[in-house]
Amino acid sequence: MNTQVTIAGVTLQNPVMTASGTFGSGMEYSDFVDLNRLGAVVTKGVANVPWPGNPTPRVAETYGGMLNAIGLQNPGIDVFVERDVPFLKRYDTKIIVNVCGKTVEDYLEVVERLGDEPVDMLEINVSCPNVKEGAIAFGQKADCLYDITSQIKAKAKQPVIMKLSPNVTDIAEMARAAEAAGADALSMINTITGMKIDIYRRRFALANRTGGLSGPAIKPVAVRMVYQASHAVKIPVIGMGGIASGEDAVEFLMAGASAVAVGAMNFVNPRATIEVIEGIEEYMRRCHVENVTELIGAVEE
Amino acid sequence: MDRQIKKKVTATVVSQERIADQIYDLRIETELAREARAGQFVAVYPHSAATLLPRPISVCEADAEACRLRLVYRIAGRGTAEFSSYKANDTVEVLGVLGNGFPTERAAGRKVFLMGGGIGIPPMLQLAKELEAEKQILLGYRNQDLFLQDDLGQYGQVYIATEDGSVGVAGNVMDIIRANELSADVIMACGPMPMLRAIKQYAEAQGIEAYISLEERMACGVGACLGCVCATRDVDSHSHVHNARICTDGPVFEAREVNI
Repeated sequence: MNTQVTIAGVTLQNPVMTASGTFGSGMEYSDFVDLNRLGAVVTKGVANVPWPGNPTPRVAETYGGMLNAIGLQNPGIDVFVERDVPFLKRYDTKIIVNVCGKTVEDYLEVVERLGDEPVDMLEINVSCPNVKEGAIAFGQKADCLYDITSQIKAKAKQPVIMKLSPNVTDIAEMARAAEAAGADALSMINTITGMKIDIYRRRFALANRTGGLSGPAIKPVAVRMVYQASHAVKIPVIGMGGIASGEDAVEFLMAGASAVAVGAMNFVNPRATIEVIEGIEEYMRRCHVENVTELIGAVEE
Repeated sequence: MDRQIKKKVTATVVSQERIADQIYDLRIETELAREARAGQFVAVYPHSAATLLPRPISVCEADAEACRLRLVYRIAGRGTAEFSSYKANDTVEVLGVLGNGFPTERAAGRKVFLMGGGIGIPPMLQLAKELEAEKQILLGYRNQDLFLQDDLGQYGQVYIATEDGSVGVAGNVMDIIRANELSADVIMACGPMPMLRAIKQYAEAQGIEAYISLEERMACGVGACLGCVCATRDVDSHSHVHNARICTDGPVFEAREVNI
């Protein structure tokens, strides 16, 4: 049985990654998960300088999902390259660094700083719904997405994954814009903008009022968008959105994803990533699939 | 691997009892009891797939020998409502033990206030058991629907305040101090935010240490998601901003360290 997949020339031992923001830089979850078993660790977003994030409450549970408005709290690139990159290098897994910024220059500064670091890929966050400047603003208009993607591609030494927002009218158009600008891969979906109101206190559940919805509740939306985007472009798509089991992961692969990421379910089960890997293997055994790549886009049209 | 892999464990419910309005006393059998210390918490996972996130619940009592944890909680929503339906021999998924706990060594041999307000009272019981100090236990309730006051009475002098004045001092735990002219060298407390703010102010005015246990909406419970942060005086060690993680850097902080 072969579970390897290759994204933009980088071969992963299996198609299972962590979704940015749900796994820190792996340190906290290394108490629960043998990081050597993961296809890749995708880090929490890192900016050029430390960001304090949003006021609390930052998280709220919803039916079968959760809202978050963390606001990309992060220690900045200096601490990140000194502490988090060396930590991850101790493990036999691929390192994908999620990059965030308020301006194009912020992104470029982080991308350049990472150029000589031992990281395998960059994932560019142009889809966080919880920060006022930058982030999602670059990911909701095709021309803005094209522009930032080209500028990043001009500086990046590692393959570039553009992480797309589901909060758009036409995901296929966004996918094509990123591909045309030279993106090496796409990842989707980031969270869906949502809101929750505490009716007894007449207050928003989140201090930020709106937050990003994740968890099993969003999975059908994510599968649909992965399908649409992967059929609109030739570059690989990394699928995520409520993946809780190997079966969920296989569904994303069949929709057209070349790899998958586990996000909110890490909070529900710290071993979720491992169980997804084992679940994919179990599916392959049961359904006589020799090579996991056979599953990519395998849904019958 | 240089670290032991931790995981969620399945605990067995020993008993469950309603001990006051909306307040339940759940006893579970789990090896986690061996490592649990006062002020730490466990993350309890509802079975329902609609309620994804674990509920952080403080350790009320840990019996290491019998491998039993006592969790006293208030029904605050769907998850805790589900917990309240559990009966003996049911199973429950638990992650823990989490958080730093109270620095009991700071109270050793000293005169200490243990201050609990409402659902902040349960962690005071394990703390009272662990502390080797002169214990004055100050408890604040809404009304005469008291809980845990007899358990706590075994470990020190208990003073009670009720908001409606039906038992003890009318008012809150701060009114107990004034009414009885009490004093202490160190405070350890858990309760609602207005109470913790008053304690922080009082401790600063008195020039004494106060260790307060904070609460916030949590997601992961292990320090990864940065959901449950608290503004801090100093730059925090994780993100190098001024936002410490309540789940892992806390939940207990020295009052001067946090801006609440």
